[in-house]
Amino acid sequence: MTMDEAGAPNGEAKKFLYVNRKAPYGTIYALESLEVVLIGAAFEQDVELAFIDDGVYQIVKGQETDGIGAKNFSATYKALGDYEVTKFYVEAESLAERGLTADNLMEIMYEDEDDDWAEKPSIKIVNRAEMAEIMSAQDVILSF
Amino acid sequence: MKFGIVVNEGPYTHEASDSAYQFTKAALEKGHEIFRVFFYHDGVNNGTRLTVPPQDERNIQKNWTDLAETHNLDLVVCIAAAQRRGILDENEAKRQGKDANNIAPGFRISGLGQLIEAGIEADRLVSFGD
Amino acid sequence: MSTLHTVNKSPFERSTLVSCLNHTVEGDKVLMIEDGVISARKGSAFEELVKSVQENCALYVLAPDMAARGIGKGDLVDGITPVDYNGFVDLVAECDRTQSWL
Repeated sequence: MTMDEAGAPNGEAKKFLYVNRKAPYGTIYALESLEVVLIGAAFEQDVELAFIDDGVYQIVKGQETDGIGAKNFSATYKALGDYEVTKFYVEAESLAERGLTADNLMEIMYEDEDDDWAEKPSIKIVNRAEMAEIMSAQDVILSF
Repeated sequence: MKFGIVVNEGPYTHEASDSAYQFTKAALEKGHEIFRVFFYHDGVNNGTRLTVPPQDERNIQKNWTDLAETHNLDLVVCIAAAQRRGILDENEAKRQGKDANNIAPGFRISGLGQLIEAGIEADRLVSFGD
Repeated sequence: MSTLHTVNKSPFERSTLVSCLNHTVEGDKVLMIEDGVISARKGSAFEELVKSVQENCALYVLAPDMAARGIGKGDLVDGITPVDYNGFVDLVAECDRTQSWL
């Protein structure tokens, strides 16, 4: 049986969504899921990231980890633009519930090759209903 | 239909590996194909041959090894996660200068690309975790 | 195009059920597995939330996990369908994608 309607015909990129719902450092899921995104970039699929619930903490600015002896890997999110991972959907309700706003988030940019390499923000704040629609449009959803 | 299975937790502490195993078994019995079972995070700990669970309990590692043998399954343990947690095959042990290896039969160590490939090639990808 | 959502944690332990139900769209299916079956028991603090989702989505519970936790068919919130692992496989195949809420 070949791919169904939701899958992509052979050769066409599939839509992959990485769902991040956990804060960094308390568990390893944020770090190890980022490692999947980096490796996955080589496969030229259509990759998007979703930050929901405590996952929004993965991309807040001002992370200082010396005190806990852990490696601060937050800068890696900023590098994802170079790997053509340019869509970071951040859920508005998840921010608000945690007393956060867009201003608390890191500045994550990418260079748009279709617009003379203009620098644009990768982060898009979406509401819950929009996030649900984004999820419904994916071929593969990865959760960690 | 072709399934990809992802196991994100180790044996016994979480039900994830059991759930994944029962799902995989049922899928095979229904005539589906399992493209790959990928073990990530603490899931790599399903792939050690050194566990000695109580005799009256299920042997999770043996369940996977036997299922793999019966159905020629591809059980892949992520190399990065395995290195962090001390799951090695003979090659890795030599490469890393360790005095032992512990990979269980039927499991192989490979890169995260195998997970992405499973997402691309399988019709459905199902994850089991915490 | 529908999604099968799986929830494997008790709603008293984690917010996974709530997060999941906040992101379903009409026609999606939700399957409770492992400790997630706890939300399927009638009379719990989550019964109203569970019932509110049924207008848009079909709800399922993994029978072996129910039985393990002493939840009988008669204990289920009305309208939740128990399935076995074969039924779980069928649900994954019928929906276009599976989203595991971990």
